[in-house]
Amino acid sequence: MDLAVTRIEDTLKGYAAAVQDFAQLCVTAAAGAFRRPWYVQETIYHMNRIGVGSIFIVVLTGIFTGMVLTLQGAIQLEPYGAVPYVSKLVSASVVRELGPVLAALMIAGRVGSGIASELATMQVTEQIDALRAEGTDPIKKLITTRLIASLVMVPVLTVITDGIAMMGGYLIAHFSLSIDTFFYWTWAFAALGPMDLVYGLLKPLVFGFIVCMVGCYAGITTSGGTVGVGHSTTHAMVTSSILILVSDFFMTKLFIYWGW
Amino acid sequence: MIRFSNIFLKFDGRQVLQNISMDVPAGQTQVILGGSGCGKTTTLRLILGLLHPESGSIVINGQEIVGLTERQMASIRAQMAMVFQGAALFDSLTVRENVGYRLWEEGALDNESIEQRVAESLRFVGLEDTLDKMPAELSGGMKKRVAIARALACKPKIILYDEPTAGLDPINTHLVSELVCRLHREEHVTQIVVTHDLECAYRIADRLIMIHRGEAIFDGSVDALQASDDPRIRTFLRPEEVLAEPGCFPHKDGGVRVVPPMSEKAEQAPA
Ligand SMILES: Nc1ncnc2c1ncn2[C@@H]1O[C@H](COP(=O)(O)OP(=O)(O)O)[C@@H](O)[C@H]1O
Ligand SMILES: [Mg+2]
Repeated sequence: MDLAVTRIEDTLKGYAAAVQDFAQLCVTAAAGAFRRPWYVQETIYHMNRIGVGSIFIVVLTGIFTGMVLTLQGAIQLEPYGAVPYVSKLVSASVVRELGPVLAALMIAGRVGSGIASELATMQVTEQIDALRAEGTDPIKKLITTRLIASLVMVPVLTVITDGIAMMGGYLIAHFSLSIDTFFYWTWAFAALGPMDLVYGLLKPLVFGFIVCMVGCYAGITTSGGTVGVGHSTTHAMVTSSILILVSDFFMTKLFIYWGW
Repeated sequence: MIRFSNIFLKFDGRQVLQNISMDVPAGQTQVILGGSGCGKTTTLRLILGLLHPESGSIVINGQEIVGLTERQMASIRAQMAMVFQGAALFDSLTVRENVGYRLWEEGALDNESIEQRVAESLRFVGLEDTLDKMPAELSGGMKKRVAIARALACKPKIILYDEPTAGLDPINTHLVSELVCRLHREEHVTQIVVTHDLECAYRIADRLIMIHRGEAIFDGSVDALQASDDPRIRTFLRPEEVLAEPGCFPHKDGGVRVVPPMSEKAEQAPA
């Protein structure tokens, strides 16, 4: 009995220590953005990898989400004779919730786990120590560059996802539900207000931060050789997905509370 | 040049280094011997300031490094280079970029001088034709030699080696020990070499220190080491004599543990 209590206590202490380390890493990485050297080339390289590399999956995510939402939405609106207004439903739900969340989840799977495995490999092969020995700050060089790249590219990818999802919705609305093109787009944009800019950009910024920092943290805290690399990769993916869903809920709650 | 005094270090509550002291004069090659897991790599990481000891003092070139921040360490690290156990070449960079990494990063030299330094260092290790290869294309021995070239390129006063000959074929083992000797003779670099390769150790060492389970059990010359009658040292140097009988294993305190074949009970006989 005592043993179990001690174990639980140790586990909790372990979590608390990890959270503290994580917060410290985030602060250091963010602070790195304001100190020389800048590593501009490196940052652009990561933007390219994160952004261009993820376009294909976010396009697929967007188009199918938009199409399926339109199909389901039309069924729900049918009894009220409101099928023509389906675009309003699609655009509101995509821009506020589904676009940012689904894009972030796909990016967590592709980019977050990639970052984790890359840094984990560098950690277990002593390359991170070698960087420090060579006089480079690995947090700046490896993490700050990726953080800036994610903070720029995740919102961009989210906007692309939103746009493609509305296009997907349009395909179904136009060809299967015979809704007029002009009518579709008018109502699609009528549903959006200035607050959607906040939803549409603040959320992806937060998600980009989560995906990148969770991946980096998992990567650089890896131990235990190649087994550790696999563990870190999985861990990064699971943790960032959960954090995305949880933080999305709280952000939505907060925005509604503020009356946005 | 490098002085360790009474260093203690714990990992997860386990004492990994206990009261290690050593003194490496400038221009000398110090060998640290010891079995796997005895704390050799940890010692090197302390010198680089990658780890911090629990207590004790480390003085490099007259400056105390225990308690320095990462940024204060920068000027100390600028005088040192380390050859890591697995070479630790940056896999996303070519051999050229690896070797010139620090020079490019510092930006104190122009491009042409850096290229020249890179070529010179690679020539020193006999790999001038690998400039544009990626680390993944090199064999283990070549990686180690590129790692040595990377260490040399910035002309450091101190070079640390972590098991430079481990896992290499006899030719590369010879080449690497020869490089260490040449750096000693020609460039008068202060070197610390961690190894359990005795042949290499005898060849390059000015002084040796032997670590056993985190404790320094010997500090002196090659001759004194070979003449030592400490059972732990004898077992390490001449296991074929001490553990000659079948079923003999080293005891953790230096004796011989005899495990009789099959079901009989194990008995312990101090050597
Ligand atoms: N980061 C670490 N965390 C916990 N234990 C470690 C760590 N690094 C090394 N150790 C332990 O310290 C001991 C000495 O390690 P090391 O210096 O790498 O040995 P070696 O002499 O083989 O180079 C080993 O038992 C190892 O398990
Ligand atoms: Mg080691």
